[in-house]
Amino acid sequence: MTDQTEQHATSAAPAASSATQSSTKVLGLGPKDFKLMFLVVVLTMAAPFLLNPFPEGSAMAQFNAGYPDLMQRFVIFGIFAIGFNILFGLTGYLSFGHAAFLGVGSYAGIWMMKLLTMNVIPAIVVSVAVAGVFALIVGYISLRRSGIYFSILTLAFAQMSYSLAYSVLTPITGGETGLQPKVADPRILDGALEAGASPRANLFGLEMGAGFEWQVGNWLFTFNAGYYVAAVVMLVAFYLSIRIFRSPFGMMLRAVKSNQQRLSYTGLSPKPYTLAAFVISGMYAGLAGGLLVAMDTQVGAERMFWTASGEVVLMTILGGAGTLIGPVLGAGLIKYMENILSKINKDILHEWFFFLPDGFENLMVELVYPFIGKGWHLTLGIIFMLVVIFLPGGLVEGGQKIAGMFKRGKDADASKTTPAE
Amino acid sequence: MEAIILQILNGLDKGSAYALIAMGLTLIFGTLGVVNFAHGALFMVGAFCAVTLSRILTLSHEVVDPTRTDFLGNPLKVDVPYAYDWFGQATGDAIIDWAVPLSILFAVPVMIIIGVVMERGLIKHFYKRPHADQILVTFGLAIVLQEVIKYFYGANPIPTPAPQAFASSMDMGAALGFEAGQIIYPIWRLVYFVFAAIVIGCVFAFLQFTTFGMVVRAGMADRETVGLLGINIDKRFTIMFGIAAAVAGLAGVMYTPITSPNYHMGMDFLVLSFVVVVVGGMGSLPGAVLAGFLLGVIEAFASLPQVLDVLPGLNQIIIFLVAIVILLTRPRGLMGRKGVMEE
Repeated sequence: MTDQTEQHATSAAPAASSATQSSTKVLGLGPKDFKLMFLVVVLTMAAPFLLNPFPEGSAMAQFNAGYPDLMQRFVIFGIFAIGFNILFGLTGYLSFGHAAFLGVGSYAGIWMMKLLTMNVIPAIVVSVAVAGVFALIVGYISLRRSGIYFSILTLAFAQMSYSLAYSVLTPITGGETGLQPKVADPRILDGALEAGASPRANLFGLEMGAGFEWQVGNWLFTFNAGYYVAAVVMLVAFYLSIRIFRSPFGMMLRAVKSNQQRLSYTGLSPKPYTLAAFVISGMYAGLAGGLLVAMDTQVGAERMFWTASGEVVLMTILGGAGTLIGPVLGAGLIKYMENILSKINKDILHEWFFFLPDGFENLMVELVYPFIGKGWHLTLGIIFMLVVIFLPGGLVEGGQKIAGMFKRGKDADASKTTPAE
Repeated sequence: MEAIILQILNGLDKGSAYALIAMGLTLIFGTLGVVNFAHGALFMVGAFCAVTLSRILTLSHEVVDPTRTDFLGNPLKVDVPYAYDWFGQATGDAIIDWAVPLSILFAVPVMIIIGVVMERGLIKHFYKRPHADQILVTFGLAIVLQEVIKYFYGANPIPTPAPQAFASSMDMGAALGFEAGQIIYPIWRLVYFVFAAIVIGCVFAFLQFTTFGMVVRAGMADRETVGLLGINIDKRFTIMFGIAAAVAGLAGVMYTPITSPNYHMGMDFLVLSFVVVVVGGMGSLPGAVLAGFLLGVIEAFASLPQVLDVLPGLNQIIIFLVAIVILLTRPRGLMGRKGVMEE
């Protein structure tokens, strides 16, 4: 069995197998992947600096994304999208119900916080496990069909979970109000809270909300404990996804995408592989859900609504499905737009176009305004359509095309990521 | 007995909407082979056609009314719709009152144009791409359409009443010979059902009894051969896309008095309509219509208090449960054709 898959691997993707065969493997990664991994590590660790390029009080300061809440969202939704990409990018199965796993993970996490301890470790571990079990059930049923039927089945399961969480399961999910840790919760592992203290998520005493600020000239950098916890988890998740992409298992998933029939003719059943991919990506979603709870200690059912499932699809496609770094980029872009672009209002636009004559200034403001502020979804929809139409490989493909223009003729295969096909 | 009839009636209006949208989806899928995630948005655009028309009809100008004064003693200014000036007060009132039904005339050409532009401008380029790409690009288009509507009409639901004559409820029980007061049913919902039945009947008749429809059906069965016979099947399929868009739009227009339209109403319906299409069988028009009404009625029955006592929350999930069971036991749906969407 393993021999067979190895053969498959070597014949089907020379790029990936050359990486695995090369002698200089570090941490099980080929040189190219190691470079990518190293880059991602550096970028995430230095994010508080990199996302805060503009000094406080300047006109551009509103574009700073280096505040803890948003940085946490970048990495957490990065995890979510990485997981989705393992399913969609490798096997081509388009799930429209992934938010259900995120939500289930969140609920499991918050119950650990209510019953066991405010330490985030059990919450995260349990949310991954519970989401994995749920994904196993949903996947086992949904994967009996493929194509649009699979999408509809996953959508049906997710909407069912959402409706149930909203109505009947209110004792477990808190219904419309959602759940958050209360002072009166048992928390059998934690000691009694001091009088007046509220329960806070922590990692062995290190509070997630803790952090320190560093003032350099006009720049204010915030280093937040929660962000770094989430970032480390994200790096581990990213590392695992590289290993999955380069493994014989990953090859099999690509085989499922490119031609299931041929796979069956070689005597292999695609089902165990797709189911494994589905469960893994469900566990990634659960991990993201657990981390979300660890950061802001609250859950609501709207997290499972199908628009949330649609969002992760957008993230993955925007960044580039089937690429390693694409989903993370897509998640970052969407969360950036959601938090930064949506804050721009008409006054700020008037400042921008201040240099123009009045008539032109007003015209420009009127032209630009529908696309920003509350209308940021419109921009997102247009970008998304353009990407699907012209760049099926997402932003990563766009980057590769641009890079290819600059070094045409030199080395055509110097791209840092390999698309799935 | 009364309770059963009441639930069937309750299911029919939602079922009509499902059936209309699902029929449009199936028309598009059966002719062009495209999975259109923007169909819910077309339903929503149709609903906003009604909003637009009623706004146009109530466009007014200020007139000083010399006979009345406001609380400061100045002559009162009243808004007079242009409709009064042109048609006189009584006719003008009637026209404004009947804005929603009148919107049908307005919505059909608008929706056909939108549909044809959509097909020629965007969807045409996606025939050769995988279904996943079609889903994604139409999903993106749905977001864009929603946001455009939101930009012009705001995010709040806009109440759009039915004509006075239909605004009340009627006692269906008495009409059907049961005890009076048992089955009270809003008249507009009955109108919606009849309207849906007429539209569905028209589409079927169009496909069944006209030469155009015959060619389209032939094209659905074997596009290549029809093309080889020298018939421009692409043009006809484009028109069918326009018709499907118009059907969705009409479903939206007439639904406005039942639910005040807001910019995301289409998406809510779309999710369920897809389930309906899949239950009915991909590519089968009768299947889509049957499944639409069936699921509407099943949903209504699941909302009975007696049922909810035993299985709380069943009404929320029943449609999805039915879909899951059907997909697993009858993969082609109730009336699915062989060889459609079977990779």
